[in-house]
Amino acid sequence: MAKLDSKVPKGPIADKWTTYKDKIDLVNPANKRNIDVIVVGTGLAGGSAAATLAELGYNVKAFAYQDSPRRAHSIAAQGGINAAKNYMGDGDSNYRLFYDTVKGGDYRSREANVYRLSEVSGNIIDQCVAQGVPFARDYGGLLDNRSFGGVLVSRTFYAKGQTGQQLLLGAYSAMNRQIARGKIEMYNRHEMLDVVKVDGKARGIIARNLITGEIERHSAHAVVIATGGYGNVYFLSTNAMGSNATAAWKIHKKGAYFANPCYTQIHPTCIPRSGDYQSKLTLMSESLRNDGRIWVPKHLEDAKAIQEGKLKPTQIAEENRDYYLERRYPAFGNLVPRDVASRAAKERCDAGYGVNKTGEAVYLDFAAAFERYGTQQAKIKGIHNPSKEEIIKLGQAIIEEKYGNLFQMYEKIIAENPYETPMMIYPATHYTMGGVWVDYNLMTTVPGLYCIGEANFSDHGANRLGASALMQGLADGYFVLPYTIGDYLSDDIRTGKIPTDTPEFDEVEKEVKDRLDFFINNKGTHSVDYFHKKLGKVMWDKVGMARNEKHLKEAIDEIKEIREDFWKNVKVPGGQNEFNQELEKAGRVADFLELGELFALDALDRNESCGGHFREESVEQDGPQKGEALRNDKDYAYVSAWEYKGEPSDAVLHKEELEFKDIELKTRSYK
Amino acid sequence: MNLTLKIWRQKGPNDKGQMVNYIVKDISEHMSFLEMMDVLNEQLVAKNEEPVAFDHDCREGICGMCSLHINGEAHGPDRGITTCQLHMRMFKDGETITIEPFRANAFPVIKDLVVDRTAFERIQQAGGFISVNTSGNTQDANAIPISKHAADEAMDAAACIGCGACVASCKNSSAMLFVSAKVSQYALLPQGQVEATDRVLNMVKQMDEEGFGNCTNTGACEVECPKGISLENIARMNREYLVASLKG
Repeated sequence: MAKLDSKVPKGPIADKWTTYKDKIDLVNPANKRNIDVIVVGTGLAGGSAAATLAELGYNVKAFAYQDSPRRAHSIAAQGGINAAKNYMGDGDSNYRLFYDTVKGGDYRSREANVYRLSEVSGNIIDQCVAQGVPFARDYGGLLDNRSFGGVLVSRTFYAKGQTGQQLLLGAYSAMNRQIARGKIEMYNRHEMLDVVKVDGKARGIIARNLITGEIERHSAHAVVIATGGYGNVYFLSTNAMGSNATAAWKIHKKGAYFANPCYTQIHPTCIPRSGDYQSKLTLMSESLRNDGRIWVPKHLEDAKAIQEGKLKPTQIAEENRDYYLERRYPAFGNLVPRDVASRAAKERCDAGYGVNKTGEAVYLDFAAAFERYGTQQAKIKGIHNPSKEEIIKLGQAIIEEKYGNLFQMYEKIIAENPYETPMMIYPATHYTMGGVWVDYNLMTTVPGLYCIGEANFSDHGANRLGASALMQGLADGYFVLPYTIGDYLSDDIRTGKIPTDTPEFDEVEKEVKDRLDFFINNKGTHSVDYFHKKLGKVMWDKVGMARNEKHLKEAIDEIKEIREDFWKNVKVPGGQNEFNQELEKAGRVADFLELGELFALDALDRNESCGGHFREESVEQDGPQKGEALRNDKDYAYVSAWEYKGEPSDAVLHKEELEFKDIELKTRSYK
Repeated sequence: MNLTLKIWRQKGPNDKGQMVNYIVKDISEHMSFLEMMDVLNEQLVAKNEEPVAFDHDCREGICGMCSLHINGEAHGPDRGITTCQLHMRMFKDGETITIEPFRANAFPVIKDLVVDRTAFERIQQAGGFISVNTSGNTQDANAIPISKHAADEAMDAAACIGCGACVASCKNSSAMLFVSAKVSQYALLPQGQVEATDRVLNMVKQMDEEGFGNCTNTGACEVECPKGISLENIARMNREYLVASLKG
């Protein structure tokens, strides 16, 4: 399959990137001034790429659907960013970060890309500190680190609970410097609606000015897509309301293969939904699992009484509680990886042990931590024979110091005091490991079209470890793409400006306008959200945390039906040439209705359980791992890259076989 | 609960605009304020009327996109939160709620409750950065120790989400809290020292050009700020500005 060449350089894994950089073609500084690059999406990946490309001397046009790059959803990342700095002296190294990432991803990522990611991780921290990112420090003035799920070292750098915000503002400040110098032309409140190819190469985009509704043509020598993940295909997720897959899906329809759509991360610690009006779900940082214990009642009648509001969790005696993670996974307990924790919560709730009125919630209880920290504090403070109340109070103060903002956030949303009663949590869609297929250069199967950050199929395999999304976004944007894109652009130094008054632009612009006209003129019966919610329900019920052949086949049919209904009956008020939020949503949901079907198709093809993808047909039958996910390396150690052929179900599967030369394939065990 | 909403409707920047009354019924107290707005908009779409345009995105209080003036207060009656984190339990059944856009000359209305805050962008572009290129060769992150106290204070200033509530709450429409938060973050860190003089002069100049008013130390901005950005930042910026002006 010539088209699916991953272009991984030869040689030992630790040398690949350095040797490769030494040999690629460069563009001289004078010529960079004659080359234009479009960057769509300005979160961590797109923002850092736009700034760096502009610093190098390229002319950058950057696009964001919000009113500023600072609003991108990277900003919501709480916990931190990994880097193999080994500042703690606990034995961390590039190799160890590489190993943890490949293992955590359940051996479904490309080794060479992951190693490169680990290699540049330290540079990211240096760069961000130089930009003025206020990372947390200890009393000696040096950078502080903490630990995250699934690893045995402390390598996570953080800025309070707002690491994503601070890193994004860093990239944003670097962009601002280039905007002021005229090297970046920033198009805020603009949405890319399609890509334009000339002679097979990506040469521009069609964008809509979201304020005026004007359709614009923009040309460049290369196009970079950095528009994030597609978690909103579930309607409810921890993504922002506007997060969408339109750019990624549009390039897929123009020839970019879409890889592993079924790899989705369902995050275990989110605030449960409260009713049908719910518009989004809120994540509570994974760090809470360091001190909270997860449980449900041991007896069904207790669970029922709680659901009906007749019993309170604090009234249930210790021996009548089921700390199911500690029971099932004694070695890792409450700190098992995200996919394992999420499935275990679903298993208990499906069996009827859920704890709020919807039956879809489990407790995250800090009572034991209050007591543990309180006792410790009493000793430190020299309080003899402290009363139980005193101990709890002292312990609560420690928890408040660590997680105060999260406790406050919980109280604002649920109106219950989590210091007095256990929190309720439930899994929610959070991150998508799948995405546009890219080679080692981060180029898609369309020449000149690149994809970075969460939008590509990325380095996380079938499951992403905590604090690795920020790392990958910035690695791609600051340290990988700016090199690899030069190799491609070195052939374009004599091309000159790409004209936009050509048949290629005419044609794509017409497609875009026709679709917008359709929405405005359709005069249907149901709002866009009506269809989005229906799609989300099918995705969650049948392509959610546990999947099987029967449900996946049903999902494919049902999504098709919803899509047909949508194209007949969708109603979009207002006009095209104005600020029209319903029109924006209509285009995005139309794309989700296609992507959802490919997602289910991919999940159907992959009859193994790996990472976030769990097939009920593929579980361990006996032994100590009985009932746990069963990976099948013999038949499925490949990346699924789908080629668009019209209807989503007609997509053609191309396989990139994964080779593991530096890491031995093993069963992931957290028992 | 059932509520009457008085909402500012304005078709575009040049339209005069007016308050329009709407009724919403059976609103759950557990809904967020923006979910209540979603319910209203679903009703309007069903009746073939144009939904109310409002800015929002992350709905978890960090992106800074949501911007409503509710019952005369930026981000509504609760403290330390953005509009998207405001819940309906803060209101009473039968209440009339007034919803307006953030009002300031420097924030022109785009449509209904959506305003143009790009003046903030231009202020940041005037100096809200440290001039360092991406190279992979910057010095090691631990090369310059920074006291925990300074790092924590810089972080507190950097927590600003750029929503503009400070401007909307100020009787002078002053942007001093916003600008001073950015100036402070860099002023507190050694990396920010090199360009400190130019930064504060350029950012303040741009702020004035955008038409924001002066600060008269009323402190409304601090009260309404969803991220608790402190007035101390304004004092710090004034000091920085004075020193920079003397240096020229």
